[in-house]
Amino acid sequence: MAFLKLIMFLKDYIKDVFGAIKSLATGMKRTGYYFTHHKEIITQQYPDNRETLHLPERFKGEVVMPHDENNEHRCTGCTACELACPNGTIKVVTKFDITPDGKKKKAIDKLVYHLELCTMCNLCIEACPSDAIKMAQTFEHSVFDRAQLTKVLNKPGSKIMDGVE
Amino acid sequence: MWSFSKIANIIHEWLSQTFNVTWTTIIEMVIAGVAVISLFAVLGLVLVIMERKVSAWMQIRLGPNRVGPKGLLQSLADTLKLLVKEGMTPNGADKFLFNLAPFIAMMVAMLLLAPIAFAKDFQLWDLNIGVLYVSAISSISVISILMAGWASNNKYSLLGAMRSGAQIVSYELSAGLSVLAIVVLTGSLQLSEIVNSQANGWWIFKGHIPAIIAFITFIIAVTAETNRAPFDLAEAESELTAGFHTEYSGMKFALFFLAEYANVFIVCAIGATLFLGGWMPFHIGNWNGFNNIMDWIPSSVWFFGKTFFLIFLIMWFRWTFPRLRIDQLLNLEWKYLLPISMVNILLVTAMAILKWHF
Amino acid sequence: MYRETQIVSDVAKTPLTGEGTFTINVGPQHPATHGVLHLVITLNGETILNIEPHLGYIHRSIEKMCESLTYRQFIYVTSRMDYLSAHINNHACALCVEKGMQIEIPSRAQVIRVLMDELTRIASHELWWGAMAMDVGAFTPFFHAFRERETINDIMEETCGARLTMNYMVPGGVMYDIHPNFQKRVKDFLQLYKRKIHEYDELVTGNIIFQNRMKGVGVLTAEDVISYGCTGPVARGSGVSSDIRKLYPYEIYDKLEFDEVLETAGDSFARYLIRLREMNQSIRIVEQLIDNIPEGDFQAKTKAVLKLPKGEFYQRVETARGELGVYIVSEGGTTPYRIKFRSPGFSNLSILNHMVKGSKIGDLIAAMGTLDLVIPDIDR
Repeated sequence: MAFLKLIMFLKDYIKDVFGAIKSLATGMKRTGYYFTHHKEIITQQYPDNRETLHLPERFKGEVVMPHDENNEHRCTGCTACELACPNGTIKVVTKFDITPDGKKKKAIDKLVYHLELCTMCNLCIEACPSDAIKMAQTFEHSVFDRAQLTKVLNKPGSKIMDGVE
Repeated sequence: MWSFSKIANIIHEWLSQTFNVTWTTIIEMVIAGVAVISLFAVLGLVLVIMERKVSAWMQIRLGPNRVGPKGLLQSLADTLKLLVKEGMTPNGADKFLFNLAPFIAMMVAMLLLAPIAFAKDFQLWDLNIGVLYVSAISSISVISILMAGWASNNKYSLLGAMRSGAQIVSYELSAGLSVLAIVVLTGSLQLSEIVNSQANGWWIFKGHIPAIIAFITFIIAVTAETNRAPFDLAEAESELTAGFHTEYSGMKFALFFLAEYANVFIVCAIGATLFLGGWMPFHIGNWNGFNNIMDWIPSSVWFFGKTFFLIFLIMWFRWTFPRLRIDQLLNLEWKYLLPISMVNILLVTAMAILKWHF
Repeated sequence: MYRETQIVSDVAKTPLTGEGTFTINVGPQHPATHGVLHLVITLNGETILNIEPHLGYIHRSIEKMCESLTYRQFIYVTSRMDYLSAHINNHACALCVEKGMQIEIPSRAQVIRVLMDELTRIASHELWWGAMAMDVGAFTPFFHAFRERETINDIMEETCGARLTMNYMVPGGVMYDIHPNFQKRVKDFLQLYKRKIHEYDELVTGNIIFQNRMKGVGVLTAEDVISYGCTGPVARGSGVSSDIRKLYPYEIYDKLEFDEVLETAGDSFARYLIRLREMNQSIRIVEQLIDNIPEGDFQAKTKAVLKLPKGEFYQRVETARGELGVYIVSEGGTTPYRIKFRSPGFSNLSILNHMVKGSKIGDLIAAMGTLDLVIPDIDR
């Protein structure tokens, strides 16, 4: 009886050892596969692949204000974006333009955008009633001076497009 | 054809013609020392880049590819960085021991190179107890680790050192026993004779299953002895940050790093010598054409090829397996490896007496 | 196998100070705490006598911040709590606001939300799997896990415009419609996942070293789990049914076919298996929905300024880590009067001391890995 027990013990022992070795060999087979199959490599060599690197059009990189060829934008200065922003990233500075027929009209002087505060939550773009601002796909934002991250989105001398209210 | 032994003989003859015996010996010693140091430097560079490439490819990455052609000079750049880095000694550390430890680690690795046959008739010191010498010296390396861990005055370091102590002391046993299996078969402790005994076939083929078991035990034990994953408990990055060399920086850290790789090289060289025939070419029975082609490959290429194959195997382990826990590590040694290698040595002895091996 | 019960009873007797014990700081900078968690560990040799987690290193007072933000604005902040399941956090907040305002959400938005939730859950578990393997010392799986996770992140990037903190869920639906490529890319991901999932078992699950490290370690009974308030895979690993998607179904989860994964062993390996199987269940949900996204609006018509009626609102969801509760007290204004998040990570961390007392340091790291802690979720 004791002998039988010993046999059973030895059998289990050897089974354990072989099972262990087999499980280790399975793992080594897998890593060995990747060692020899270099096609599976997924590294993207980032600064080198700038030309071929295309971010999806919805990527939220920074807020920009598109201008057309006549240096005109669509911003009415309604401050909806400023109100929608959770971090105080956007500050709209308004002024009063004199229209050709002599009336005073509210327009933006500057739309100040603090990139360093922005969390790219897209709420300002959602809030904008005239589609004046949008997200750009840029992402290399690092600068040496923090002041450079405070941007004025409307170009100098730009004015509002006709027909945008 | 040029070989290492020929070059060595030419240098020796020229020196003995030009100088007297004393100067010849001194100059030869200096040459050997310089050769060992430069071998270490080259080994460090090659093994580090090899490890990084192996790990990268297993991890579906590219690995270093910026410095030099295909990134092969990356480790050189790293060494330069480590050389100019400040080697800090923490406050409250035992300064003498702290600074001594990396050098001891390095010295042990260098001493171990002495009896290894790198090519046919090319050996620094062919002493008649080579195997004993290797296992004796390699156990000193634990002292440097304990020294580093204790002197750092850091609890992580101390824990790592203590783990390493327990680990190396235990795994010495089965490493020694598996080496003994070959000694029993050969009947000699001299490494050159062990190599010569494999002229008609490597021990791993000649020794049947017991030799294979001994080989597997040996590989596991030396992986543990050199503190490599899955037995890297002394360093255990996710547990002890960096284990015994947590506090080391700059060149002192680099020495530990280098010593680790040198140790890996040496244990693999020993493994290649004992089980895979050292510099002996691969022969199959009486296929004379095939054997002649194999003979044509220089013996140093055979030796380094086998060694690097074993090194690759150990790297393969490292980048595949998770780490063991300290009690499992000791269980593996005392409950599995040691009984197996004890039974195994019995089998080997029986085999040697009955002349069952080829 | 060492006898855990024996050691635990020994540990209970050992005094925490005096000869033979020492204290070690794991964190706030430590490779295994996955963030700025600080554990003060009292050790006797390698054996852990006591663990005291110290929190607050990444406290940003998100709850207080939310009080000054409107109901549209505060959602983006919650992405920063449990950043690995950002979608699900946003979802919980949006649901809570919708509950208060009693907005009916279009069915298309519901399906998109559930799809995003489940993709986030898979991505989160992928990252956990890699980090778990790294905690026990295997580095390679981490990169393999990131291959699949990157695919999900790319899908997110295309549809939501960001990879990690998307702010895609808004009260009333989702911010914009799914990208035209979305369905195709998700199907590509499903194929990739099915092709690669067996490698997870080959590399880690079946590995004898890994199994030995996990089995019988950090055992939690069902009583422990309930008394510490653990949820998610930690609770399910001990056989406690706690899947909010099943127990308190929200959105369309009650119409979907999926199983709540349960294991009874309660050890680290059970928790590991739970997460792996949960990924498969999430894949099942994605497969059911990906071809059946109904046509229609992706966002309900809401007022420009959201105002919750006076009262208290609570909504719970199942994040990748467990139950996330959002509790809003409204005074009727545009901002919440008080907001409270019941984060799964905090309760799960609190069981750590009970779980690994008496084990070795290596077990602490492995068991902590199975809790899947995200420190910003604990600190908020």
